[in-house]
Amino acid sequence: MRNLLIFITKYNAFFLFVIFEVFSLVIYIKYNSFQKATFINSSNKVTGDLYTRVSGLYEYLKLREVNDHLARQNAELRNQLKSSFYVDTLKKHKITDTIYKQQYEYIVAKVINNSVNRSNNYITIDRGSKEGIAKGMGVISDQGVVGKVIYVSDHFAIIQSLLHKDSQFSAMLAKNKEIGYIEWNDHLDPHMAVLKDVSNNAQPKLGELVVTSGYSLFPAGIPIGKISSLQTKSGGFLLNMDVKLSVDFSDLQYVYVVNNKFAKEQAALEAQKKE
Amino acid sequence: MIKAVFVNLVRFVVLVFLQVFLLKNITLYNLSTPYLYILFILLLPFETPNVLLFVLAFILGITIDAFYDTPGLHAAACVLLAFVRILFISITVQKDGFDNEPEPTLSIMGLRWFFTYALVLTLFHHFFLFNLEAFNISELQYMIGRVIMSALFTVFLMLMSGLLFFRRKERK
Repeated sequence: MRNLLIFITKYNAFFLFVIFEVFSLVIYIKYNSFQKATFINSSNKVTGDLYTRVSGLYEYLKLREVNDHLARQNAELRNQLKSSFYVDTLKKHKITDTIYKQQYEYIVAKVINNSVNRSNNYITIDRGSKEGIAKGMGVISDQGVVGKVIYVSDHFAIIQSLLHKDSQFSAMLAKNKEIGYIEWNDHLDPHMAVLKDVSNNAQPKLGELVVTSGYSLFPAGIPIGKISSLQTKSGGFLLNMDVKLSVDFSDLQYVYVVNNKFAKEQAALEAQKKE
Repeated sequence: MIKAVFVNLVRFVVLVFLQVFLLKNITLYNLSTPYLYILFILLLPFETPNVLLFVLAFILGITIDAFYDTPGLHAAACVLLAFVRILFISITVQKDGFDNEPEPTLSIMGLRWFFTYALVLTLFHHFFLFNLEAFNISELQYMIGRVIMSALFTVFLMLMSGLLFFRRKERK
């Protein structure tokens, strides 16, 4: 017993190392997938507040670009206004239209923390469950698809960016509606992604637009990127191709969280079918 | 004693802030990301007890994790770093020299020793960190490139900060 104690005190560095290392690895493996709530992330009170303050400083530097974006989007929206069309009939009917029901709702949020240079990238925004954001909602910016919400606190939410090795979204070619899915590539390049499993008869062309399919969290037709090269090696029934992303992830300022109002109903129905 | 605690506390806060709000945004060619915060563990006094060293390494790692959204990842790498530090110091420094040399800084230990010390420890830390993060052997070549380039960047920043706080009178 005495010898054992002497042995342990002599090599105490090694035993302490084993204890602490096992402890941190347990934390890493247990909480890394965000399946369980933990306070060690950027949506807690201290880190969230600090990030908000610092991003308040940064945003002054980007006011010009944000203004440009907003002005452009305003012009686009103004083009769709009823008042900007010339009405050539004099008769007017008033109809209460019951056909349309709003399916998608957009919540604007500011990015307060973002990264593009790691193998799993997350974005923190300054809106949380108090503003109606819930886990699993899709996130877009005015340029295209950004990611999905994976963790929500009262005032903040964490987004798993498209630049994440577990991110996968349903996508299609804009022209002939051939379905595939989009994934980040292996080289950690924040401007590129891979469109996978497109049917062989799609005949894609370089520069063709890739958009969301409407099967997943996003409305159909949100841009993702453009085809930049065709990987010709696969001879099977399915094609893969490289896509240049339309969103500049390193310069995200404002994003929109998409609330699909029928998502719950759809999920419930699809779960029922499987039984 | 109190002065040492105070200096290390300030160093901790400054390094964490620098890492989280400045260096986190820096990447060169998708290859080189500096992790300067480990300088805190490198510069702890020689006489720090092993228990305290591991506890501090763990706290530093978990603080960085809280900002990086990777619970446990940096903590694991920092604990490994603390262990390598103990081994490296026990091999290269004589025990009776501790009275005159309180901290392993650049101005006390000299460029040659400090450079080797920083390079070896940084390589261990970065290699473990990047591999644990990716958990994937298929891109080994790219991974090793990332480790080496990032380690060089980190060591460069460490030497810079060492020269910035260089005190000539301490050197005998």
